[in-house]
Amino acid sequence: MGSKYDVLVIGGGNAALCAAISARRGGASVLVLEGAPKFYRGGNTRHTRNMRCAHDAATEILTGPYTEQEFWEDLLRVTGGQTDEELARHMIRESKDILNWIVEQGVRWQPSLGGTLSLGRTNSFFLGGGRAMLNALYLTAERLGVEVEYDAEVIDLVIEDGMFLAARLKRPVKGETEIRATSLVAAAGGFEANVEWLKRYWGEAADNFLIRGTPYNRGSILKLLLDKGVQEVGDPTQCHAVAIDARAPKFDGGIITRHDSVVFGIVVNKHAQRFYDEGEDIWPKRYAIWGRLVAAQPDQIAYIIFDSTVVTSFMPTLFPPIAGQSVAELAGKLELDPTALEKTITEFNAAVRPGTFDHTILDDCRTEGITPPKTHWARKIETPPYLAYPVRPGITFTYLGTRVNKEARMLMKGGKPSSNMFAAGEIMAGNVLGQGYAAGMGMTIGSVFGRIAGREAAEHARN
Amino acid sequence: MHGTRILDEADRLMTVCNSCRYCEGLCAVFPAMEMRRAFSDGDLNYLANLCHACGACYVDCQFSPPHEFNVNVPKTLAVARAESYAAYAWPRMLSGAFARNGLLISIIAALSMAAFILGFAVLNDRSVLFGVNTGPGAFYKLMPHNAMAALFSAALLYAILALAMSVRAFWRDIGAPIGGRVDGGSMFQAIRDAGELRYLHGGGVGCYNEDDRPTDRRKLYHHLTFYGFLLCFVATSVATLYHYLWGREAPYPWWDLPVVLGTLGGIGLIIGPIGLFMARMQRDPALLDESRYGMDVGFIAMLFLTGFTGMLLLLLRETGAMGPLLALHLGAVFALFITMPYGKFVHGIYRFAALVRYAQERRTAA
Repeated sequence: MGSKYDVLVIGGGNAALCAAISARRGGASVLVLEGAPKFYRGGNTRHTRNMRCAHDAATEILTGPYTEQEFWEDLLRVTGGQTDEELARHMIRESKDILNWIVEQGVRWQPSLGGTLSLGRTNSFFLGGGRAMLNALYLTAERLGVEVEYDAEVIDLVIEDGMFLAARLKRPVKGETEIRATSLVAAAGGFEANVEWLKRYWGEAADNFLIRGTPYNRGSILKLLLDKGVQEVGDPTQCHAVAIDARAPKFDGGIITRHDSVVFGIVVNKHAQRFYDEGEDIWPKRYAIWGRLVAAQPDQIAYIIFDSTVVTSFMPTLFPPIAGQSVAELAGKLELDPTALEKTITEFNAAVRPGTFDHTILDDCRTEGITPPKTHWARKIETPPYLAYPVRPGITFTYLGTRVNKEARMLMKGGKPSSNMFAAGEIMAGNVLGQGYAAGMGMTIGSVFGRIAGREAAEHARN
Repeated sequence: MHGTRILDEADRLMTVCNSCRYCEGLCAVFPAMEMRRAFSDGDLNYLANLCHACGACYVDCQFSPPHEFNVNVPKTLAVARAESYAAYAWPRMLSGAFARNGLLISIIAALSMAAFILGFAVLNDRSVLFGVNTGPGAFYKLMPHNAMAALFSAALLYAILALAMSVRAFWRDIGAPIGGRVDGGSMFQAIRDAGELRYLHGGGVGCYNEDDRPTDRRKLYHHLTFYGFLLCFVATSVATLYHYLWGREAPYPWWDLPVVLGTLGGIGLIIGPIGLFMARMQRDPALLDESRYGMDVGFIAMLFLTGFTGMLLLLLRETGAMGPLLALHLGAVFALFITMPYGKFVHGIYRFAALVRYAQERRTAA
């Protein structure tokens, strides 16, 4: 038997640290178990850069108001209504205060980064990025007296009648031990780095997915909880996935492997065929659909194709574009059928109607007579060199999770709330995000529910 | 590809950073980077000299080692910066001075101190060298004022010429308009940014030294050192005016302006370099260009020696130690002057030029 804490937090990212700090400020003794080594602590938080919070007026770093109602409408649109309205509205309301609360925990804001002006009103950016934010939270937690252990792999949870009793912990040097606590906060993320688990829903296609975060997000805590009677929420195939460079590493490529050039060109699959309207909506609103779109294509690969006239229209990329002086030469380098690619581009160019290009609005540059159409920003691809980025689905996090109520308290199968188990962050994101994604939402879910979970867990421990 | 391996690495990192940009609020390097999509040798040398080595971007970076992207901007830019000093050195044949810089500087310092002691001993009899000399003109019994003035003016003028030629090469290489006048606004901005060490600040929390807590005091020690140096320089200038305008000869009483300024400056030049040296020794090696240990410490030691011998001279000027101490102090200052263009001193000049360029670029972009 190890020592007993008031609150045990499993996980080490934004949600976990917000929970730990909030529980500690509520008077509880707190232990944080992070499964990753110190450098990789924090799961996906280390790759984040901003958080979407409602606010009624412009601030020093936000260019204008973003009301609760507008946030709700955005959420409704991206999820196609697949959300828990009561929980989501509660989160949005709480997000307003998070803007200040998180600063009190040492996190610093800055105006939106170069190349992301379209988020300047809605999203608050972390000065120095997600790892800086995480470092600040850790320093605050440690200053308050929260204990943190790294490389701390939880291998089992002792749960009886919906009540958490203890966690079995495996440490690299000290071996196995049992840790008891009065309350549990599970904030250990999704299962996106667990390819075997992904294969249960995606089949062999999952082998072609790239994981944008660390290899430590294996969903082992989620699995233990679901196996031990916690009610699940969310479609297991749903996740936040974007199109990222096919040359990126299998894990932890983070933000820099993404591409935001789709709207400036066309996207074809391995048969050199277009498969979706590249000009459907303003990029930040729709960028997150491209992960799933590419995942549905043969061999889970696609190619963004554009020409030399638009190279400076989007942010510089980590991997340089692949170039060809002719469409055929480019096709050769991409190992696509040159005739098919030439045909696709010729037909696309012929379908482009004249218009006035403006990528900041839904402009009138569109195609006519091809399927799928490109409804905005359609311009001919005709100025060599012809350029391409190969892309694959890059999974950020999965939505299958534990069902919670407004107190971040887990619900057991049958609907009874657990007496002492709470969840926050990506492990319960599916409550709010049934599908789709809008930039910064993951961090909102983490901070809001982390803070609530910590507060409630400490409250339970006091009584 | 670039001329050197370190510039290739700097290019690789700037390409990584330019596709991330999380650090753009931390300092001037990243906003300057964002104004470019590709990087010439000059661009990279400019960015390297714009970096103040606060370390924040390393601690904040999700791709720093052990990540496979191996992003270490402070260390890479530190090496590139040091190599740029050699690349722009004037005359070219002396650019080798930057290799084994600490050894070179200590030898020059020892030689010039020895030369002054020997010179005094040869030119004066023992009773003057070790005698108690007080009152106006006491120093000049050991070395005539005009000789002293001529020697040090020549050393300083040489240093200024060499530095001017070096920074001119740098200025041209970083793509700044040659011959065009720098607008007053940019110059004023750069003076402010340099004067307050705006970018030695970790984006607001402070800098990083031995661990991931921003507790670094280098900014304070640097201010003590820099303003200490400046005060000593002003003290000497005031004394020169006293001498030539009013015929008042050193040494001056303790309450007189040159002594007050020199004392304050001397205290800064003692505490500042000690603090910088301690910080240098404690700093996480991951953030440092360790191969330039000699250059860093050599310069710190020269500044300390200048302040320390000056203060000793002030305290003991009415004793028989005055003669030898004056020789040591003059030797230290002489060595400091002539090694200025070939040691760590140049960092201030290049960084200031980079800040001027940055202020210009900001104005043009705005």
